Amino acid sequence: MQEIEIAELRKLTEVIKEKYNYDFSNYAMSSFKRRIQRILEMYKLASVDVLIKKLTEEPRFFKEFVSEVTVNVTEMFRDPSFWRELRDHILPNIMLNHNNISIWHAGCSSGEEVFSMAIVLKEMGILDKTKIVATDIDTDILQKARSGVYSMKNMELNQKNYLRFQGTTTLEKYYKEENGKAIMDKSLVEHVSFREHNLVASMAFSKFDLILCRNVMIYFNQALQNNVLKMFHESLFKYGYLIVGSKESLIWCEIANKFIVANNEEKIYKKIKD
Amino acid sequence: MSQFKLNNQYKAIVIGGSAGSFQVISKILSNLPKDFELPIIMCLHRLKHVRHGFVEALNIKSNISLYEPEDKDSIKKGKIYLAPANYHLCIELGNHFSLSTEEMVNNSRPSIDITLETAAYVYKNKLIGILLTGANKDGAMGMKKIKDRGGLTIVQEPSECMIDTMPVAAIKLTQIDHVLTVSQIIAFLQELDKVYKQST
Repeated sequence: MQEIEIAELRKLTEVIKEKYNYDFSNYAMSSFKRRIQRILEMYKLASVDVLIKKLTEEPRFFKEFVSEVTVNVTEMFRDPSFWRELRDHILPNIMLNHNNISIWHAGCSSGEEVFSMAIVLKEMGILDKTKIVATDIDTDILQKARSGVYSMKNMELNQKNYLRFQGTTTLEKYYKEENGKAIMDKSLVEHVSFREHNLVASMAFSKFDLILCRNVMIYFNQALQNNVLKMFHESLFKYGYLIVGSKESLIWCEIANKFIVANNEEKIYKKIKD
Repeated sequence: MSQFKLNNQYKAIVIGGSAGSFQVISKILSNLPKDFELPIIMCLHRLKHVRHGFVEALNIKSNISLYEPEDKDSIKKGKIYLAPANYHLCIELGNHFSLSTEEMVNNSRPSIDITLETAAYVYKNKLIGILLTGANKDGAMGMKKIKDRGGLTIVQEPSECMIDTMPVAAIKLTQIDHVLTVSQIIAFLQELDKVYKQST
């Protein structure tokens, strides 16, 4: 297959913006290009032009397109040392001054991180004091997150991560196995609000004590990252925490001076200025 | 007299390796001049869930310290970069990195193909690709992309490899410019260094 040209990608993002009001023009180019290449192969489309035609003529296809263009690879308890830090320092710190905690998972994908969080909170005995909002651009993946059904194949890794996290029990306690699927204990996410939200069109919609956005902004270019980080700053209470992926940083961005580093290794930042 | 007919057109070197490549990379890094000018971007297969130790272990022998880039870090002269655990390392237009947690490619994350292909796209004929010993085919397609875009391709001499699957796959897929032993790869890099120093 012919290598996709940047000009073709520009044309594609323009058409999508025009027709569907979704803006992919500030996505990081190399991964966006690979996602489009993957979609062409998956749907056996000969070129970006054919994809554009399909998107123009079949509005229903756009939903599938959004699901495929976004990356939905995730794990429970990814970076176990981060989850330990959250349990041992960050959450207790918030609880010092609050009776309740509000948490936003921005770009929650299939929900593994939300379940991890709920398990941590449950083991700390504070799940019922927590309000969690989990958002994603992709409504299909939100449905998967809500249902909490995962393939048993992935659970092996999730269990290993949980062991490294050193929780109070075993991960098996939180799901039952049926037909090769792990069905998560629904009571964990009973009070989680799963909502559609596009970070690119970002407007602050509420305030939180803790925002997690790990390995999501890596698919954006720096200009877009900067805007999203500004919106996260607005969406945090003073002394709230923002957590990004272990290989992301916000030292370079416009609002960097409004945060201090709470833990550099785990990329945990604390808002100190409005 | 130059054995490789080198010039100073190159902007970066990418190195891929898997099983058996740790010792090879250590040897290369300990023989590299301290002020080696070109950025070296390395993608080595590694344990997905061990974040620490690898770069530290390589740094013990290296003359230039290695660094695992963060998302959107710029690529600078004289630096050596190593793909972090459990992320694909991509090169973007505008001379910076981006990271990705996309699906594994060739059962690998980081995938050598992804690093090599994105580097080939950005640097075109100004790229040198080196593929070392390894037990799977990751990197072969990347080497082809480098060659197709006019870059220079080098693989480790298969008979010298701990496991030769990786270089052999690349040789089958594309025209490799040089098949070299580790000592020859070191000689190549030292000669390249001289070319750059003479031209400045």
